[in-house]
Amino acid sequence: MANENQQGTKTWQLALAWAWVGIPLTLGVIQTLINSMKLFQ
Amino acid sequence: MSFLDRSNTIAGPGFSRWMVPPAALCVHLCIGQAYAFSVFNLPMTKLIGISKSAPGDWNLPELGWIFSIGIFVLGFSAAIFGRWVEEGGPRRAMFTAALCWAIGFFISAFGVYIHNLWVIYFGYGLVGGCGLGIGYISPVSTLIKWFPDRPGMATGMAIMGFGGGAFIASPLSVWLMQKFSTPTHVGVAQTFIVMGAIYFVFMMVGAFIVRVPAPGWKPAGYTPPIQATKLITTNDVFVYDALKTPQFWLIWWVLCLNVTAGIGVIGQASAMSQEMFPGKVTVVAAAGFVGLMSLFNMGGRFCWASISDYIGRKNTYFVFMVLGFVLYCTVPTMGAIGSVTGFVLCFLIIISMYGGGFSTVPAYLKDMFGTRYVGAIHGWLITAWSMAGIFGPVLVNYIRQYNVTHGVPKADAYNVTMYIMAGLLVIGFICNLLVKAVDRRYHMRSETEAESSKLATAGQPA
Repeated sequence: MANENQQGTKTWQLALAWAWVGIPLTLGVIQTLINSMKLFQ
Repeated sequence: MSFLDRSNTIAGPGFSRWMVPPAALCVHLCIGQAYAFSVFNLPMTKLIGISKSAPGDWNLPELGWIFSIGIFVLGFSAAIFGRWVEEGGPRRAMFTAALCWAIGFFISAFGVYIHNLWVIYFGYGLVGGCGLGIGYISPVSTLIKWFPDRPGMATGMAIMGFGGGAFIASPLSVWLMQKFSTPTHVGVAQTFIVMGAIYFVFMMVGAFIVRVPAPGWKPAGYTPPIQATKLITTNDVFVYDALKTPQFWLIWWVLCLNVTAGIGVIGQASAMSQEMFPGKVTVVAAAGFVGLMSLFNMGGRFCWASISDYIGRKNTYFVFMVLGFVLYCTVPTMGAIGSVTGFVLCFLIIISMYGGGFSTVPAYLKDMFGTRYVGAIHGWLITAWSMAGIFGPVLVNYIRQYNVTHGVPKADAYNVTMYIMAGLLVIGFICNLLVKAVDRRYHMRSETEAESSKLATAGQPA
Protein backbone atom coordinates (compact mmCIF):
# COMPACT_ATOMS: atom_id res chain seq x y z
CA MET A 1 0.00 0.00 0.00
CA ALA A 2 2.87 2.33 0.79
CA ASN A 3 4.21 1.84 -2.76
CA GLU A 4 0.82 2.55 -4.21
CA ASN A 5 0.59 5.80 -2.25
CA GLN A 6 3.96 6.90 -3.58
CA GLN A 7 2.72 6.88 -7.18
CA GLY A 8 1.45 10.16 -8.61
CA THR A 9 -2.05 10.45 -10.06
CA LYS A 10 -2.28 9.83 -13.78
CA THR A 11 -4.73 11.74 -15.96
CA TRP A 12 -6.62 8.58 -16.90
CA GLN A 13 -7.12 7.76 -13.20
CA LEU A 14 -8.56 11.20 -12.61
CA ALA A 15 -10.83 10.91 -15.66
CA LEU A 16 -11.99 7.45 -14.58
CA ALA A 17 -12.75 8.57 -11.03
CA TRP A 18 -14.83 11.52 -12.23
CA ALA A 19 -16.58 9.40 -14.88
CA TRP A 20 -17.45 6.78 -12.21
CA VAL A 21 -19.48 9.36 -10.27
CA GLY A 22 -20.23 11.83 -13.06
CA ILE A 23 -21.97 9.51 -15.54
CA PRO A 24 -24.69 8.14 -13.22
CA LEU A 25 -25.23 11.59 -11.71
CA THR A 26 -25.58 13.24 -15.14
CA LEU A 27 -28.00 10.54 -16.33
CA GLY A 28 -30.08 11.03 -13.19
CA VAL A 29 -30.10 14.81 -13.58
CA ILE A 30 -31.14 14.57 -17.26
CA GLN A 31 -33.97 12.17 -16.35
CA THR A 32 -35.18 14.51 -13.59
CA LEU A 33 -34.94 17.52 -15.91
CA ILE A 34 -37.07 15.73 -18.53
CA ASN A 35 -39.69 14.93 -15.87
CA SER A 36 -39.55 18.51 -14.57
CA MET A 37 -40.45 19.89 -18.01
CA LYS A 38 -44.01 18.65 -17.38
CA LEU A 39 -44.41 21.75 -15.20
CA PHE A 40 -44.21 23.94 -18.28
CA GLN A 41 -46.51 21.83 -20.50
CA MET B 1 -7.24 -4.68 8.16
CA SER B 2 -4.25 -2.33 8.02
CA PHE B 3 -5.51 -1.25 4.59
CA LEU B 4 -8.09 0.81 6.46
CA ASP B 5 -5.62 2.58 8.77
CA ARG B 6 -5.19 6.30 8.45
CA SER B 7 -1.41 5.78 8.11
CA ASN B 8 -2.03 3.78 4.93
CA THR B 9 -4.10 6.53 3.36
CA ILE B 10 -1.47 9.27 3.49
CA ALA B 11 -0.99 10.57 -0.04
CA GLY B 12 2.41 10.43 -1.64
CA PRO B 13 3.94 13.20 -3.70
CA GLY B 14 2.15 13.78 -7.00
CA PHE B 15 -1.26 12.64 -5.75
CA SER B 16 -3.92 14.91 -7.22
CA ARG B 17 -6.29 16.38 -4.66
CA TRP B 18 -8.99 16.28 -7.36
CA MET B 19 -9.22 12.52 -6.74
CA VAL B 20 -10.77 13.21 -3.32
CA PRO B 21 -14.10 14.83 -4.39
CA PRO B 22 -15.05 11.77 -6.53
CA ALA B 23 -14.14 9.55 -3.55
CA ALA B 24 -16.49 11.60 -1.37
CA LEU B 25 -19.17 11.54 -4.07
CA CYS B 26 -18.97 7.72 -4.21
CA VAL B 27 -20.27 7.71 -0.63
CA HIS B 28 -22.70 10.62 -0.76
CA LEU B 29 -24.34 9.56 -4.05
CA CYS B 30 -25.12 6.19 -2.45
CA ILE B 31 -26.41 7.35 0.93
CA GLY B 32 -28.42 10.08 -0.85
CA GLN B 33 -30.73 7.19 -1.80
CA ALA B 34 -32.50 7.95 1.47
CA TYR B 35 -34.29 10.87 -0.23
CA ALA B 36 -35.73 8.43 -2.78
CA PHE B 37 -36.91 5.80 -0.32
CA SER B 38 -40.51 6.87 -0.91
CA VAL B 39 -40.51 5.03 -4.29
CA PHE B 40 -40.72 1.80 -2.26
CA ASN B 41 -43.65 2.96 -0.15
CA LEU B 42 -46.48 2.14 -2.55
CA PRO B 43 -45.12 -1.28 -3.65
CA MET B 44 -44.57 -2.14 0.03
CA THR B 45 -48.26 -1.56 0.74
CA LYS B 46 -49.01 -4.40 -1.71
CA LEU B 47 -46.61 -7.12 -0.63
CA ILE B 48 -49.47 -9.53 0.19
CA GLY B 49 -52.17 -8.29 -2.18
CA ILE B 50 -49.67 -7.77 -5.09
CA SER B 51 -52.05 -5.77 -7.35
CA LYS B 52 -53.71 -3.89 -4.46
CA SER B 53 -53.43 -3.68 -0.67
CA ALA B 54 -54.86 -6.70 1.13
CA PRO B 55 -55.69 -7.20 4.82
CA GLY B 56 -52.38 -7.58 6.67
CA ASP B 57 -50.51 -5.32 4.23
CA TRP B 58 -48.64 -2.34 5.69
CA ASN B 59 -50.07 1.17 5.35
CA LEU B 60 -48.28 4.39 4.33
CA PRO B 61 -47.97 5.98 7.81
CA GLU B 62 -46.34 2.77 9.12
CA LEU B 63 -43.92 2.77 6.17
CA GLY B 64 -43.19 6.49 6.60
CA TRP B 65 -41.42 5.64 9.86
CA ILE B 66 -38.64 3.82 7.97
CA PHE B 67 -37.34 7.09 6.48
CA SER B 68 -37.95 9.04 9.70
CA ILE B 69 -35.96 6.54 11.81
CA GLY B 70 -33.17 6.56 9.21
CA ILE B 71 -32.83 10.37 9.30
CA PHE B 72 -33.09 10.46 13.09
CA VAL B 73 -30.34 7.82 13.45
CA LEU B 74 -28.27 9.69 10.84
CA GLY B 75 -28.06 12.72 13.13
CA PHE B 76 -27.29 10.83 16.30
CA SER B 77 -24.82 8.36 14.78
CA ALA B 78 -22.94 11.27 13.19
CA ALA B 79 -22.69 12.81 16.66
CA ILE B 80 -21.74 9.62 18.49
CA PHE B 81 -19.23 8.29 15.93
CA GLY B 82 -17.85 11.71 14.86
CA ARG B 83 -14.70 11.53 16.96
CA TRP B 84 -14.03 7.92 15.93
CA VAL B 85 -14.43 8.92 12.26
CA GLU B 86 -11.99 11.81 12.76
CA GLU B 87 -9.35 9.71 14.49
CA GLY B 88 -9.78 6.51 12.44
CA GLY B 89 -9.47 8.29 9.12
CA PRO B 90 -11.76 8.51 6.09
CA ARG B 91 -11.10 5.05 4.63
CA ARG B 92 -12.10 3.19 7.78
CA ALA B 93 -15.20 5.41 8.07
CA MET B 94 -16.18 4.93 4.42
CA PHE B 95 -15.73 1.16 4.70
CA THR B 96 -17.88 1.05 7.86
CA ALA B 97 -20.52 3.23 6.23
CA ALA B 98 -20.57 0.96 3.16
CA LEU B 99 -20.92 -2.11 5.38
CA CYS B 100 -23.76 -0.62 7.46
CA TRP B 101 -25.56 0.72 4.39
CA ALA B 102 -25.38 -2.58 2.49
CA ILE B 103 -26.26 -4.70 5.54
CA GLY B 104 -29.18 -2.34 6.20
CA PHE B 105 -30.55 -3.18 2.75
CA PHE B 106 -29.96 -6.92 3.20
CA ILE B 107 -31.74 -6.97 6.59
CA SER B 108 -34.60 -4.99 5.06
CA ALA B 109 -34.85 -7.52 2.22
CA PHE B 110 -35.18 -10.23 4.87
CA GLY B 111 -37.82 -8.11 6.63
CA VAL B 112 -39.81 -7.89 3.38
CA TYR B 113 -39.39 -11.63 2.81
CA ILE B 114 -40.78 -12.57 6.26
CA HIS B 115 -43.16 -9.56 6.18
CA ASN B 116 -42.01 -8.06 9.46
CA LEU B 117 -41.86 -4.25 9.55
CA TRP B 118 -39.81 -4.16 12.75
CA VAL B 119 -36.99 -5.95 10.95
CA ILE B 120 -37.05 -3.18 8.32
CA TYR B 121 -37.08 -0.46 11.00
CA PHE B 122 -34.01 -2.16 12.45
CA GLY B 123 -32.32 -2.82 9.10
CA TYR B 124 -32.84 0.34 7.07
CA GLY B 125 -33.64 2.65 9.98
CA LEU B 126 -31.05 1.71 12.58
CA VAL B 127 -28.21 -0.14 10.79
CA GLY B 128 -28.63 1.79 7.53
CA GLY B 129 -29.09 5.01 9.54
CA CYS B 130 -25.64 4.46 11.12
CA GLY B 131 -24.27 4.07 7.59
CA LEU B 132 -25.96 7.35 6.68
CA GLY B 133 -24.49 9.22 9.64
CA ILE B 134 -20.93 7.83 9.37
CA GLY B 135 -20.95 8.15 5.58
CA TYR B 136 -22.25 11.72 5.66
CA ILE B 137 -19.39 13.04 7.80
CA SER B 138 -16.65 10.66 6.60
CA PRO B 139 -15.15 12.84 3.82
CA VAL B 140 -15.81 16.29 5.34
CA SER B 141 -12.59 17.01 7.22
CA THR B 142 -10.48 15.25 4.57
CA LEU B 143 -11.90 17.54 1.89
CA ILE B 144 -11.31 20.61 4.04
CA LYS B 145 -7.68 19.57 4.57
CA TRP B 146 -7.15 19.02 0.82
CA PHE B 147 -8.82 22.29 -0.13
CA PRO B 148 -7.81 24.85 2.52
CA ASP B 149 -8.09 27.51 -0.20
CA ARG B 150 -11.66 26.53 -1.21
CA PRO B 151 -13.23 24.59 1.72
CA GLY B 152 -16.77 25.65 0.87
CA MET B 153 -16.55 24.45 -2.71
CA ALA B 154 -14.96 21.14 -1.67
CA THR B 155 -17.54 20.19 0.95
CA GLY B 156 -20.29 21.63 -1.26
CA MET B 157 -19.32 19.15 -3.96
CA ALA B 158 -19.64 16.16 -1.60
CA ILE B 159 -22.85 17.30 0.05
CA MET B 160 -24.27 18.04 -3.41
CA GLY B 161 -23.87 14.29 -3.96
CA PHE B 162 -26.23 13.57 -1.08
CA GLY B 163 -28.85 15.73 -2.81
CA GLY B 164 -28.13 14.04 -6.15
CA GLY B 165 -28.25 10.47 -4.88
CA ALA B 166 -32.02 10.36 -5.24
CA PHE B 167 -31.76 11.12 -8.98
CA ILE B 168 -29.89 7.86 -9.45
CA ALA B 169 -31.72 5.78 -6.83
CA SER B 170 -35.24 6.66 -7.93
CA PRO B 171 -35.10 5.41 -11.57
CA LEU B 172 -32.80 2.53 -10.57
CA SER B 173 -35.25 1.29 -7.91
CA VAL B 174 -38.23 1.53 -10.26
CA TRP B 175 -36.32 -0.30 -13.02
CA LEU B 176 -35.17 -3.08 -10.68
CA MET B 177 -38.65 -3.57 -9.22
CA GLN B 178 -40.04 -3.89 -12.76
CA LYS B 179 -37.36 -6.50 -13.59
CA PHE B 180 -37.99 -8.57 -10.46
CA SER B 181 -41.77 -8.33 -10.18
CA THR B 182 -43.75 -11.45 -11.02
CA PRO B 183 -47.46 -12.29 -10.62
CA THR B 184 -46.59 -13.66 -7.14
CA HIS B 185 -44.42 -10.85 -5.71
CA VAL B 186 -43.63 -7.16 -6.31
CA GLY B 187 -39.82 -7.55 -6.36
CA VAL B 188 -38.97 -5.27 -3.42
CA ALA B 189 -36.82 -7.80 -1.54
CA GLN B 190 -34.73 -8.64 -4.61
CA THR B 191 -34.35 -4.92 -5.38
CA PHE B 192 -33.06 -4.28 -1.85
CA ILE B 193 -30.47 -7.07 -2.23
CA VAL B 194 -29.21 -5.81 -5.59
CA MET B 195 -29.12 -2.18 -4.43
CA GLY B 196 -27.25 -3.13 -1.25
CA ALA B 197 -24.63 -4.97 -3.34
CA ILE B 198 -24.30 -2.13 -5.89
CA TYR B 199 -23.96 0.49 -3.16
CA PHE B 200 -21.34 -1.55 -1.32
CA VAL B 201 -19.15 -1.80 -4.43
CA PHE B 202 -19.68 1.87 -5.33
CA MET B 203 -18.80 3.08 -1.83
CA MET B 204 -15.76 0.80 -1.61
CA VAL B 205 -14.37 2.47 -4.73
CA GLY B 206 -14.52 5.73 -2.76
CA ALA B 207 -12.83 4.10 0.24
CA PHE B 208 -10.10 2.77 -2.05
CA ILE B 209 -9.24 6.06 -3.77
CA VAL B 210 -9.53 8.41 -0.77
CA ARG B 211 -6.27 9.79 0.67
CA VAL B 212 -5.40 12.20 3.45
CA PRO B 213 -2.75 14.84 2.79
CA ALA B 214 0.72 14.35 4.28
CA PRO B 215 1.37 16.50 7.39
CA GLY B 216 2.35 20.00 6.34
CA TRP B 217 1.03 19.59 2.79
CA LYS B 218 -0.48 22.66 1.16
CA PRO B 219 -1.70 23.36 -2.36
CA ALA B 220 0.82 24.88 -4.77
CA GLY B 221 0.79 28.67 -4.52
CA TYR B 222 -1.32 28.71 -1.34
CA THR B 223 -0.04 30.54 1.72
CA PRO B 224 -2.01 29.71 4.84
CA PRO B 225 -2.94 32.79 6.90
CA ILE B 226 -0.56 33.19 9.85
CA GLN B 227 -2.86 35.52 11.79
CA ALA B 228 -6.47 34.65 12.43
CA THR B 229 -8.99 37.02 10.87
CA LYS B 230 -12.12 38.19 12.68
CA LEU B 231 -14.11 35.03 11.94
CA ILE B 232 -11.53 32.56 10.63
CA THR B 233 -9.39 30.96 13.29
CA THR B 234 -5.92 29.48 12.84
CA ASN B 235 -6.37 27.43 16.05
CA ASP B 236 -8.16 24.16 16.68
CA VAL B 237 -10.86 23.44 19.24
CA PHE B 238 -11.34 19.93 20.69
CA VAL B 239 -14.71 18.41 19.80
CA TYR B 240 -16.13 18.33 23.34
CA ASP B 241 -14.82 21.84 24.08
CA ALA B 242 -16.58 23.07 20.94
CA LEU B 243 -19.88 21.85 22.40
CA LYS B 244 -19.32 24.17 25.39
CA THR B 245 -19.03 27.28 23.23
CA PRO B 246 -22.01 29.56 22.47
CA GLN B 247 -20.82 29.66 18.85
CA PHE B 248 -21.57 25.96 18.36
CA TRP B 249 -25.13 26.32 19.64
CA LEU B 250 -25.75 29.52 17.71
CA ILE B 251 -24.70 27.78 14.47
CA TRP B 252 -26.79 24.75 15.56
CA TRP B 253 -29.85 27.00 15.73
CA VAL B 254 -28.98 28.75 12.46
CA LEU B 255 -28.87 25.36 10.70
CA CYS B 256 -31.92 24.02 12.51
CA LEU B 257 -34.06 27.05 11.62
CA ASN B 258 -32.86 27.19 8.01
CA VAL B 259 -33.58 23.47 7.57
CA THR B 260 -36.94 23.68 9.38
CA ALA B 261 -38.06 26.42 6.98
CA GLY B 262 -37.01 24.37 3.93
CA ILE B 263 -37.93 20.84 4.97
CA GLY B 264 -41.46 21.89 5.84
CA VAL B 265 -42.23 22.86 2.27
CA ILE B 266 -40.32 20.05 0.53
CA GLY B 267 -42.76 17.39 1.67
CA GLN B 268 -45.78 19.57 0.90
CA ALA B 269 -44.62 21.17 -2.36
CA SER B 270 -46.81 19.07 -4.61
CA ALA B 271 -50.02 19.49 -2.57
CA MET B 272 -49.27 23.16 -1.86
CA SER B 273 -48.84 24.09 -5.53
CA GLN B 274 -52.10 22.35 -6.47
CA GLU B 275 -54.11 23.82 -3.59
CA MET B 276 -52.79 27.36 -4.00
CA PHE B 277 -53.44 27.32 -7.75
CA PRO B 278 -56.51 25.08 -8.22
CA GLY B 279 -57.08 24.34 -11.90
CA LYS B 280 -53.78 25.94 -12.93
CA VAL B 281 -51.33 23.36 -11.54
CA THR B 282 -52.20 19.75 -12.40
CA VAL B 283 -50.91 16.63 -10.63
CA VAL B 284 -48.41 16.04 -13.46
CA ALA B 285 -47.18 19.66 -13.37
CA ALA B 286 -46.83 19.45 -9.57
CA ALA B 287 -44.62 16.36 -9.99
CA GLY B 288 -42.49 18.39 -12.41
CA PHE B 289 -42.27 21.16 -9.81
CA VAL B 290 -41.05 18.68 -7.18
CA GLY B 291 -38.39 17.40 -9.62
CA LEU B 292 -37.24 20.95 -10.36
CA MET B 293 -37.03 21.66 -6.63
CA SER B 294 -34.77 18.65 -6.09
CA LEU B 295 -32.48 19.91 -8.87
CA PHE B 296 -32.25 23.32 -7.20
CA ASN B 297 -31.69 21.63 -3.83
CA MET B 298 -28.70 19.83 -5.33
CA GLY B 299 -27.37 22.80 -7.32
CA GLY B 300 -27.73 25.11 -4.31
CA ARG B 301 -25.49 22.84 -2.28
CA PHE B 302 -22.60 23.38 -4.65
CA CYS B 303 -23.24 26.99 -5.68
CA TRP B 304 -23.93 28.55 -2.27
CA ALA B 305 -21.02 26.73 -0.58
CA SER B 306 -18.69 27.89 -3.39
CA ILE B 307 -19.98 31.47 -3.09
CA SER B 308 -19.28 31.33 0.67
CA ASP B 309 -15.55 30.99 -0.12
CA TYR B 310 -15.71 34.53 -1.51
CA ILE B 311 -18.29 36.35 0.62
CA GLY B 312 -17.69 34.49 3.92
CA ARG B 313 -19.83 31.97 5.79
CA LYS B 314 -21.59 34.42 8.09
CA ASN B 315 -22.58 36.63 5.15
CA THR B 316 -23.84 33.60 3.21
CA TYR B 317 -26.19 32.72 6.09
CA PHE B 318 -27.27 36.36 6.26
CA VAL B 319 -28.28 36.04 2.58
CA PHE B 320 -30.22 32.83 3.39
CA MET B 321 -32.08 34.49 6.25
CA VAL B 322 -32.83 37.86 4.61
CA LEU B 323 -33.62 36.57 1.13
CA GLY B 324 -35.56 33.65 2.61
CA PHE B 325 -37.62 36.05 4.75
CA VAL B 326 -38.49 38.19 1.71
CA LEU B 327 -39.38 35.14 -0.41
CA TYR B 328 -41.56 33.45 2.25
CA CYS B 329 -43.43 36.74 2.71
CA THR B 330 -43.86 37.01 -1.08
CA VAL B 331 -45.39 33.54 -1.55
CA PRO B 332 -48.90 34.47 -0.23
CA THR B 333 -48.94 37.48 -2.59
CA MET B 334 -48.02 35.21 -5.52
CA GLY B 335 -50.92 32.97 -4.53
CA ALA B 336 -53.29 35.95 -4.27
CA ILE B 337 -52.40 37.33 -7.72
CA GLY B 338 -52.33 33.81 -9.22
CA SER B 339 -48.73 33.99 -10.42
CA VAL B 340 -47.54 30.39 -10.80
CA THR B 341 -44.20 31.57 -12.24
CA GLY B 342 -43.57 33.84 -9.25
CA PHE B 343 -44.54 31.04 -6.84
CA VAL B 344 -42.22 28.53 -8.54
CA LEU B 345 -39.32 31.02 -8.64
CA CYS B 346 -39.72 31.83 -4.93
CA PHE B 347 -39.60 28.17 -3.94
CA LEU B 348 -36.73 27.29 -6.25
CA ILE B 349 -34.57 29.97 -4.63
CA ILE B 350 -35.76 28.96 -1.13
CA ILE B 351 -34.90 25.32 -1.77
CA SER B 352 -31.47 26.20 -3.19
CA MET B 353 -30.78 27.99 0.12
CA TYR B 354 -32.06 24.98 2.08
CA GLY B 355 -29.41 22.86 0.30
CA GLY B 356 -26.85 25.63 0.66
CA GLY B 357 -27.38 25.64 4.42
CA PHE B 358 -26.21 22.02 4.65
CA SER B 359 -23.18 22.43 2.44
CA THR B 360 -21.90 25.73 3.82
CA VAL B 361 -21.97 24.66 7.47
CA PRO B 362 -18.84 22.40 7.49
CA ALA B 363 -16.74 25.35 6.24
CA TYR B 364 -18.42 27.63 8.81
CA LEU B 365 -17.38 25.17 11.56
CA LYS B 366 -13.86 24.99 10.14
CA ASP B 367 -13.66 28.81 10.26
CA MET B 368 -14.79 28.85 13.90
CA PHE B 369 -13.16 25.70 15.36
CA GLY B 370 -10.24 24.87 13.03
CA THR B 371 -9.74 21.77 10.88
CA ARG B 372 -8.54 19.19 13.42
CA TYR B 373 -11.92 18.05 14.78
CA VAL B 374 -14.20 19.66 12.22
CA GLY B 375 -15.66 16.30 11.11
CA ALA B 376 -16.57 15.31 14.66
CA ILE B 377 -18.01 18.76 15.46
CA HIS B 378 -19.99 18.59 12.21
CA GLY B 379 -21.31 15.23 13.38
CA TRP B 380 -22.76 16.83 16.50
CA LEU B 381 -24.22 19.69 14.49
CA ILE B 382 -26.13 17.25 12.29
CA THR B 383 -28.48 16.64 15.24
CA ALA B 384 -29.97 20.02 14.23
CA TRP B 385 -31.11 18.32 11.03
CA SER B 386 -32.77 15.50 12.97
CA MET B 387 -34.67 18.04 15.07
CA ALA B 388 -35.63 20.11 12.03
CA GLY B 389 -36.92 16.93 10.39
CA ILE B 390 -39.53 16.81 13.15
CA PHE B 391 -40.28 20.57 13.49
CA GLY B 392 -40.65 21.41 9.79
CA PRO B 393 -43.26 18.93 8.57
CA VAL B 394 -45.19 19.23 11.85
CA LEU B 395 -45.41 23.02 11.49
CA VAL B 396 -46.61 22.90 7.89
CA ASN B 397 -49.04 19.98 8.29
CA TYR B 398 -50.66 20.98 11.56
CA ILE B 399 -51.02 24.69 10.79
CA ARG B 400 -52.56 23.88 7.40
CA GLN B 401 -54.93 21.38 9.02
CA TYR B 402 -55.88 23.88 11.75
CA ASN B 403 -56.67 26.54 9.13
CA VAL B 404 -58.70 24.20 6.94
CA THR B 405 -60.78 22.92 9.89
CA HIS B 406 -61.42 26.55 10.92
CA GLY B 407 -62.92 27.43 7.54
CA VAL B 408 -59.92 29.00 5.80
CA PRO B 409 -60.06 28.24 2.02
CA LYS B 410 -57.46 25.67 0.93
CA ALA B 411 -55.81 28.24 -1.38
CA ASP B 412 -55.07 30.49 1.62
CA ALA B 413 -54.36 27.77 4.20
CA TYR B 414 -50.58 27.94 3.75
CA ASN B 415 -50.27 31.73 4.22
CA VAL B 416 -49.87 31.60 8.01
CA THR B 417 -47.24 28.85 7.63
CA MET B 418 -45.27 31.03 5.21
CA TYR B 419 -45.24 33.93 7.71
CA ILE B 420 -44.18 31.55 10.53
CA MET B 421 -41.32 30.25 8.36
CA ALA B 422 -40.30 33.86 7.69
CA GLY B 423 -40.40 34.46 11.47
CA LEU B 424 -38.11 31.46 12.06
CA LEU B 425 -35.62 32.99 9.66
CA VAL B 426 -35.65 36.25 11.67
CA ILE B 427 -34.60 34.22 14.74
CA GLY B 428 -31.96 32.50 12.59
CA PHE B 429 -30.72 35.93 11.49
CA ILE B 430 -30.30 37.02 15.13
CA CYS B 431 -28.45 33.79 16.02
CA ASN B 432 -26.12 34.29 13.06
CA LEU B 433 -25.57 37.91 14.05
CA LEU B 434 -24.45 36.81 17.52
CA VAL B 435 -21.73 34.47 16.17
CA LYS B 436 -18.34 35.91 17.15
CA ALA B 437 -14.83 34.42 17.23
CA VAL B 438 -14.38 31.55 19.75
CA ASP B 439 -12.78 32.58 23.03
CA ARG B 440 -9.06 31.72 23.30
CA ARG B 441 -9.58 29.55 26.38
CA TYR B 442 -11.27 26.92 24.18
CA HIS B 443 -8.32 26.65 21.77
CA MET B 444 -6.24 23.48 21.84
CA ARG B 445 -2.72 24.25 22.91
CA SER B 446 0.02 23.56 20.40
CA GLU B 447 2.59 20.91 21.39
CA THR B 448 5.25 23.59 21.96
CA GLU B 449 2.95 25.58 24.24
CA ALA B 450 1.99 22.46 26.18
CA GLU B 451 5.66 21.51 26.57
CA SER B 452 6.72 24.95 27.87
CA SER B 453 3.74 25.04 30.24
CA LYS B 454 4.77 21.61 31.58
CA LEU B 455 8.35 22.83 32.09
CA ALA B 456 7.14 25.98 33.85
CA THR B 457 4.98 23.89 36.19
CA ALA B 458 7.91 21.53 36.91
CA GLY B 459 10.13 24.51 37.78
CA GLN B 460 7.69 25.90 40.32
CA PRO B 461 8.24 25.13 44.02
CA ALA B 462 5.86 22.56 45.41
